[in-house]
Amino acid sequence: MSDQEKKKEVIHSKIWQEIPEPDNPFAAAACYCSGFDVYGDLLGKISWIEYLYLLFKLEPPSKSQAKLLEGLAVAIANPGPRDLSVRAAMNGGVGGSLSASCLMAALGPGSGEYCGARELYLAVKIWKECGVDIVAWHSCLKDYQKDEEVKVWPEIEHIPGFDPYGSSVSTPIKQVLEYLAGHNGADSLRWLKKHRLNLEETANYPINMVSVAAAAFIDLGFNEEQSEMLYLMLRLPGAGAHALEQRNNGLKKYPFFGDGLKLTNDPGRK
Amino acid sequence: MNKNRVNKNVPDGPQPLIDSEDNWVTEMGAWFAGDRVVFRGLDVFTDLFDKSWVEVWYFSITGKFFSKSQIELFSRLWVICTSYPEPRIWNNRVAALCGTARATAMIGMSSAIAVSEGKYYGGQANYAAVEFIKNAKQFVDEGGDLQSFVIGSIKTTRQIPTGFGRPIINNDERVPHAMRLAKSLDFDNGTHVKLALDIEKILSKKRYRAVLNIGGLTAALCADQGLSAEEFYYAASVIYSAGMIACYSDARHKPVGTFFPLSCERIHYEGKPLRKWEK
Repeated sequence: MSDQEKKKEVIHSKIWQEIPEPDNPFAAAACYCSGFDVYGDLLGKISWIEYLYLLFKLEPPSKSQAKLLEGLAVAIANPGPRDLSVRAAMNGGVGGSLSASCLMAALGPGSGEYCGARELYLAVKIWKECGVDIVAWHSCLKDYQKDEEVKVWPEIEHIPGFDPYGSSVSTPIKQVLEYLAGHNGADSLRWLKKHRLNLEETANYPINMVSVAAAAFIDLGFNEEQSEMLYLMLRLPGAGAHALEQRNNGLKKYPFFGDGLKLTNDPGRK
Repeated sequence: MNKNRVNKNVPDGPQPLIDSEDNWVTEMGAWFAGDRVVFRGLDVFTDLFDKSWVEVWYFSITGKFFSKSQIELFSRLWVICTSYPEPRIWNNRVAALCGTARATAMIGMSSAIAVSEGKYYGGQANYAAVEFIKNAKQFVDEGGDLQSFVIGSIKTTRQIPTGFGRPIINNDERVPHAMRLAKSLDFDNGTHVKLALDIEKILSKKRYRAVLNIGGLTAALCADQGLSAEEFYYAASVIYSAGMIACYSDARHKPVGTFFPLSCERIHYEGKPLRKWEK
């Protein structure tokens, strides 16, 4: 059999199909996303959020699902310049690093078990396990154990979805919960709103934004892996904007913590 | 399964953050601007002046200095085992894709290294391989039977232990060369290496037919040198770099976009039939 006759390896996909242009097999004449003609039908008809939902779920969202996802996307788009992921992006910016470097940097801390996408992943797993069963939640919160097959993750040091440094739940988190819980189909969010104080008392800590996001992802029908990926993506806009702002400001106007480091084993000048 | 329980301290709100604001206490090191640098209690310009980068890499991870022959083992293992300038290997392919896309070399390297944290190879596998061989040693040290441990592990995890078997072919061309290196440095008789070879014998006699792969052998060799699973995982985070930069550079200097391009027909669509957006 000649090389040409050998069957070519392919990418298997339920998401995407392309029809080539007649004059170029490497140029698409039409692209279909889960059966919808992206450039011939969807473009101009659907919002970015609807398209995002379609890409991950392969079905169009209902109006309330799209609205809920959009609300969540706004809520988490910019965690602000004190957030660990945004700080990483800004560190790229101030040193004049590339834009890609800044976003890759943001994904680092943004992927973590503390305030990051892995915390969200674990929080979604709790929701899947406990649902809206207060007894199951109490049992989980009183003795939280991470069931983790991926061993490269550090030991978890707080209950996912709860702020280990919180005094009480912060106002923006209450505002986001209040708003998102008002959507059709937001059953988990409404349950969280109703039982928040009870859960916080049991956990000993106030909820954080991850908690609200996890409930929203559950109500949207995303699994923990889809939720983790979306959380990583949806928190990048602020990181990008802040990185550019600090790139313009430069190193000298950015904290270096000049007097902040205390070395406990300094051998002194030799 | 790795179950870990959260240690629920008495909550004291933001006090730990307040205490840490502008206050990072460390033994790892510091830069004294315009003067000197301290690295884990040693002066970089004097104490570390004669050290190789590999010695400092392992010192950074463990706080210890290894012997010349141990450093030679570590350094040469990463030549034999992971310096493959093969752009079809998944993590190297990321570097090549960055090259063909004319991304920068450092973006290419860092994205390829990020992808090296794989379950089936790289980071996760490295960690699991050391953990498995150390658990096997502990089981045997406590009087357990090695075969029972191995079969028990397979039954629990429903997979061949990490460090044994190979996804595409059932032999590993690197193993004899790594053993040759270990032998030349007198590291071929360590407890973990012997255990790894015994486990290979157990697996070869059973229906599993899984050979000791290079991940398993390097994990055993490094465990014999006293590295923990976490230290081995840290140390191995950059071991693919020599092959990766070659893949990047190769694609970077060939015509743009020509690294294994895919025509439209190479997407085999298996999803929903064509439909119209009705909303």
